[in-house]
Amino acid sequence: MKKLILALLISFASTSVFAGSHSPCGVTSGSINILANEFTTYRIFMDEVKSCAGPDADFNVTHSVDHNKLQVAALSANPAEFSAKLVTNGSITPLMNDGLIRPLDDLVAKYGSNLNDNQKITIDGKIYAVAFMANAQHLWYRESILNDLGIAVPSTYEEVIAAAEKIKAAGVMENPYAGAFKSGWNLGQEFVNMYLGHGGEFFKSGSAQPNVNNEKGVAALNVIKKLTELSNPDFLTQDTNAVKEEWESGNVALMHVWNSGAASLLDDEGDQNIKADTRLAPSPTVGGGNKPATTLWWDGIAIATNTSDENAEASFRALVGAASSTDLANNNPNATVWLIKGYTPGDTAGPVVDAASRGTTPYPSFPHMSLMHGALSTELVEFLQGNESAEKALADVEAAYIAKATEQGFL
Amino acid sequence: MPHRTFIWFILPTALAMILFIGLPIVSSFFQSLHIENEQVLMEVENCDPFGCTTNVRVDVEATEKIEAENPLGRFNGFGTYIDRNHLAFDEIREAWDNKSSIGEFKDIVLNLPFYKALLFTLTFCFAVTPPVIVLGFIVALSVNTLAKSLKGLIVFGTILPMIVTPLIGSLVLFWMIDSQGIIGASIQILFDDPNLSLKASSNLTWITLIIYGIWHNTPFAFVVFYAALQTVPQDPLEAAYIDGATRFERVRFIVIPHLYPVATFIMLICLMDNFRVFEPIIGFSAEGVAQSLSWMIYQDLRNENKMLFGSAGATSMLTILGIAFLLTPVLIRTWKEFKTER
Repeated sequence: MKKLILALLISFASTSVFAGSHSPCGVTSGSINILANEFTTYRIFMDEVKSCAGPDADFNVTHSVDHNKLQVAALSANPAEFSAKLVTNGSITPLMNDGLIRPLDDLVAKYGSNLNDNQKITIDGKIYAVAFMANAQHLWYRESILNDLGIAVPSTYEEVIAAAEKIKAAGVMENPYAGAFKSGWNLGQEFVNMYLGHGGEFFKSGSAQPNVNNEKGVAALNVIKKLTELSNPDFLTQDTNAVKEEWESGNVALMHVWNSGAASLLDDEGDQNIKADTRLAPSPTVGGGNKPATTLWWDGIAIATNTSDENAEASFRALVGAASSTDLANNNPNATVWLIKGYTPGDTAGPVVDAASRGTTPYPSFPHMSLMHGALSTELVEFLQGNESAEKALADVEAAYIAKATEQGFL
Repeated sequence: MPHRTFIWFILPTALAMILFIGLPIVSSFFQSLHIENEQVLMEVENCDPFGCTTNVRVDVEATEKIEAENPLGRFNGFGTYIDRNHLAFDEIREAWDNKSSIGEFKDIVLNLPFYKALLFTLTFCFAVTPPVIVLGFIVALSVNTLAKSLKGLIVFGTILPMIVTPLIGSLVLFWMIDSQGIIGASIQILFDDPNLSLKASSNLTWITLIIYGIWHNTPFAFVVFYAALQTVPQDPLEAAYIDGATRFERVRFIVIPHLYPVATFIMLICLMDNFRVFEPIIGFSAEGVAQSLSWMIYQDLRNENKMLFGSAGATSMLTILGIAFLLTPVLIRTWKEFKTER
């Protein structure tokens, strides 16, 4: 009896310590299994998640650039293959469509006292994700090359093209521009940026009918075409990681890639002369528009519906511990733009803040946007190879989208 | 063999085939006739770090209710088969009615995803299979004449391309033909063109894929030919030798007729294999310029955020039909040979 009272006393004491602010870290029960994209900032974040989970936790993380393709199938299973998924405003939509991620209000109330309000992603009044970083694609340039040729930092795509042509004409570089034009998701994303930059709308208002085959779409494609002509001829096989390698090899003077690329481009590995010469600039506008031709993204954590409450709580605790860790943010200020409380932005946050302040559109979160993105991914290649006209390519995009959207029940 | 014995003999195999091949095909066919239920959309307010907006989302509860009533989805008959992403009957009819020349009609048809994929698949099939048979035969003949002590090692080396996982093999080649890789850089020097890239032009990519296909498939033809060579009767060969036949004549008039049925078998398997060409397209990142029917199925199941089961099922059925169509002449021929031998 004495022992029981003692045990109760101890447990009471320990709960009272955490009463006001349930500390998320130090998970002891439940297993944590996370699916996430693969890039340096996510690795840094996951290290923090792991240390928050603590040594006793059953902790697993799968990094894959194919996370978008895996997520619906993996989270549809019951029990789900993963207890948590790192999502973005693009990849959350397919999960929401099928009800595969759970509302987090209870868990946020219990463990989220250190979160900023703007980290809570609210859909229809319920919190479905907790954002920890903001990201956007923007311009990167080599300062010495631009200075040598007397080129001002471009602020429009027309200036980017002129600058790249000048660098090429001067014989400094054969293919001075780079962007992630790999056929597939990346190429689709380039069109999304450029079309929004021209002020385009992907769907006829209030419906799922496509709306890309118009003057703005053609103009967007023509700009992309000009850019690819100034890029490595293998551009259709280069994703963001390949473009970063081109940059680090010194083959490129201007590129449009993710802000989070700073974590690997500005680290201590690779040619330090190139690193010292690398500068970040806001994303350019295009075609006389006033919004930068890019999209705003948040990256956040979401918890699977089809996982046990115990695993959900364990996963949420570890992830939210990292998502509210001021130390993580301030120890890696240049890894990305953290949304974490107490974060002092580093030198590289400028372009994302600039994009947000100039009213850049966040990536569209329509339920049928992923089908549109899929159609863009495959149907634009022939235009870029010069085998068909821009109008034909866009008509193909719309036709491919309509066939898919009909099958999915959106039309 | 009496029929009764034969039935007992074949029963386990037949059961396994029905279970693992027959039923999945029936299920795919069934799914290909259906499309997803209608999605119920609703307007909601979304708030994220960039502010609050009114947006549409799928009404999960309402959609789930429809799903529960109709788990297979909506019946669409052969609608998926004839839509724009498959056989595209409407688009072809329209192109035919509005054509100004046959060339233009051809361009429009080959720009439709299914026909584009079919063109590459067939080109790959017919460009790879004949060289594989010829090369496999030549390699088998050469290895057969080697000294016994060398044979084991050489046979192992020769079948290596088949042992290497297709994806790994194609990735290795992909990096070698990069403009900074050993093959890519050598070709640039050879043709004195610093911008020459095997990955950039669609024709060169097709040629690369075909060469890869030949490299990967030749060992299979070699192994089968090599085994068959061991069964060539020695007597007629010796008789021919005594009659003064050259080596070429002996191969032409004794070895080749003996290996003829084997060549048919190799052709059958190669056509079947190559018709479902897939891994090299992924390995060479060639999705942009070369799509095959198998790649289309992959695209429906993997590259979309949501799996398009109906569409993938329809493409699978069309692939099976394609293979059946392609193999019919070869099968008829084998059947005739079988009859005459009896």
